[in-house]
Amino acid sequence: MQSSAVNSSNNKETTRSITFAEAVREALSQEMREDQDVFILGEDIGVYGGAFGVTRGMIEEFGPERVRNTPISEAAITGAAIGSALTGMKPVVELQFSDFITIAMDQLVNQAAKLRYMYGGKGNVPMVLRTPSGSGTGAAAQHSQSLEAWVAHVPGLKVVQPSTASDAKGLLKAAIADPNPVIFYEHKLLYKTQEHVPEEAYTIPLGEADVKREGTDVTIVATAVMVHKALEAAEKLAEEGIDVEVIDPRTLVPLDEKTIVDSVKKTGRVIVVHEAVKRGGYGGEIASMIAESEAFDYLDAPVRRLGALPIPVPYNPALEKAMVPQMDDIMQAARDSVHRR
Amino acid sequence: MTQADWMWEEPKEKLVDWLEQMWTVRWFDEKVDEFFAKGMIHGTTHLCVGQEASAVGVCAMLEDKDKITSTHRGHGHCIAKGADPDRMMAELFGRETGYCKGKGGSMHIADVEKGNLGANGIVGGGIPLAVGAALTSKMRQEGYITVCFFGDGAANEGSFHEAVNLAAIWDLPVIFVCENNQYGMSGPVKDMVKIENIADRASGYGIPGHVVDGNNLPEVMTVMKEAVEYTRNGSGPVLIEAKTYRWKGHSKSDAKKYRTREEEKEWKDKDPIRFFQDALIERGIITEEEADTVKKDTKARIERSVEFAEQSPEPSADTLLEDVYA
Repeated sequence: MQSSAVNSSNNKETTRSITFAEAVREALSQEMREDQDVFILGEDIGVYGGAFGVTRGMIEEFGPERVRNTPISEAAITGAAIGSALTGMKPVVELQFSDFITIAMDQLVNQAAKLRYMYGGKGNVPMVLRTPSGSGTGAAAQHSQSLEAWVAHVPGLKVVQPSTASDAKGLLKAAIADPNPVIFYEHKLLYKTQEHVPEEAYTIPLGEADVKREGTDVTIVATAVMVHKALEAAEKLAEEGIDVEVIDPRTLVPLDEKTIVDSVKKTGRVIVVHEAVKRGGYGGEIASMIAESEAFDYLDAPVRRLGALPIPVPYNPALEKAMVPQMDDIMQAARDSVHRR
Repeated sequence: MTQADWMWEEPKEKLVDWLEQMWTVRWFDEKVDEFFAKGMIHGTTHLCVGQEASAVGVCAMLEDKDKITSTHRGHGHCIAKGADPDRMMAELFGRETGYCKGKGGSMHIADVEKGNLGANGIVGGGIPLAVGAALTSKMRQEGYITVCFFGDGAANEGSFHEAVNLAAIWDLPVIFVCENNQYGMSGPVKDMVKIENIADRASGYGIPGHVVDGNNLPEVMTVMKEAVEYTRNGSGPVLIEAKTYRWKGHSKSDAKKYRTREEEKEWKDKDPIRFFQDALIERGIITEEEADTVKKDTKARIERSVEFAEQSPEPSADTLLEDVYA
């Protein structure tokens, strides 16, 4: 459950616990204190503090030049970030809801992702686009999606999807330092989750998965809130004598294939679970990667995928919950895999 | 015209250089047109023959540190911002020596060192990028301005509205130059825009807007000179609309059914190069012989670019995966 960075911290610090939202704010603030070229821009990130309070207090510390409150213009915000990155700044965009990426899509897909390659290696786009994603808040179909597979499909973009506060802090520092455009997903249900996070700045490299729980019977590869559901399922399955290993890729692009493949070789069974719609979801990519890898010969059961039903996110709480995989679904998939039903 | 009198006082070398630049743009695109017609270059291209005065007039008023963003019809902008026609032609040939090592082609030529942040295959796609480059200049107090070229078609994209408004509220040092060449592919601007002048939209963003005859180099330069002074001293963005005309079709596959040959002739009679050249001769700044020499030398210059491109190597297959990520 704990990353290596957490384990290495001293006794005094192990007492400090902050939320995911606070960890993101701390990473942003530390980078902005360190590097004048880092600045943030987005809708309502000034005195309002952002729709989810992530940037609260930042305009007071850094002022309106470096905490740039923008009009509701997702294409221009994103494009301005790309243009400023291309000319030497390190902008971090807050896109208020990840669903609004549709409005910024030309700038991300046709501009940010491709400029370097199209220009024959001239120019970098060192920007980060942070954006809240996921369902579970009753915000319905246009404010609850998990569209990370769209951007993961586009060469030139990197995609980060942390599941814990301490991972979020270290991964955000790495994302800001990265010379490429990085899409950084923050699941809304994780903002208030709390854990120990070291106070000093630290980096978790992009492309390193984390084994959140070691086990020998079945591997569960899970992202964002599904990491926590998988860990809960693992605790219960332990009572049934099923020893589950939980892997959080943390970054979809680049993907740490080795950690996943090594785990599947050990357990011989794997379930891939995400909140995004199963059809066309990134879980299909992970499942295919496993099937094409040397882990194939070690499989004792088919690779299983869990994802949301192919429907828009409904408003009613019971319907909303029924759309996405729950702990019971994960437990059942693990039993089916172990018993090959 | 009286307002443009200042430019005739400029040194002869400068005036001749501007004429040379316009001819270089003309011959470059005429040559590219010929190659496409013969099937010697693959892909597609968009030619700016007839629009030389807006590219050259705008860029002539910039300093080396200033930046531009260009469009799919961008060869003129490249040359006017100081690009080497050899490496441009090599890029169109898809060669390793091209500006993009053969990976970009006609629509993606960029020359970041010279301040050309790139042509763009997406109509209106470069407008927010220009605003971002201007934001860097303001935040770092670098003192450069950014010129954002776009067409009449792009003026109807959402990115135009979003980006111009953002630049306006932040008083960013960017000049938006709309090259209104009368058609967005086949769509006549008079059918696609309800107002007479796209520059009139400037008032909707609280910024100055100017309409200029885009085929008249002295007038383009005069309007641009004022805009540069205004923008460089921190007053914010300006929108300039240069009315012009593309002599060729939209791209290589255009039968030009949407306009008449008579209309084309009317605009060809307003040739921006001939207009400027005649003015130079009438004022006794150059002789007809000197004008002929410029015309011939620039044509020969482009022939050398073709030779350079033809003799350049194809990119190695090893480069396929390079430069996706930094």
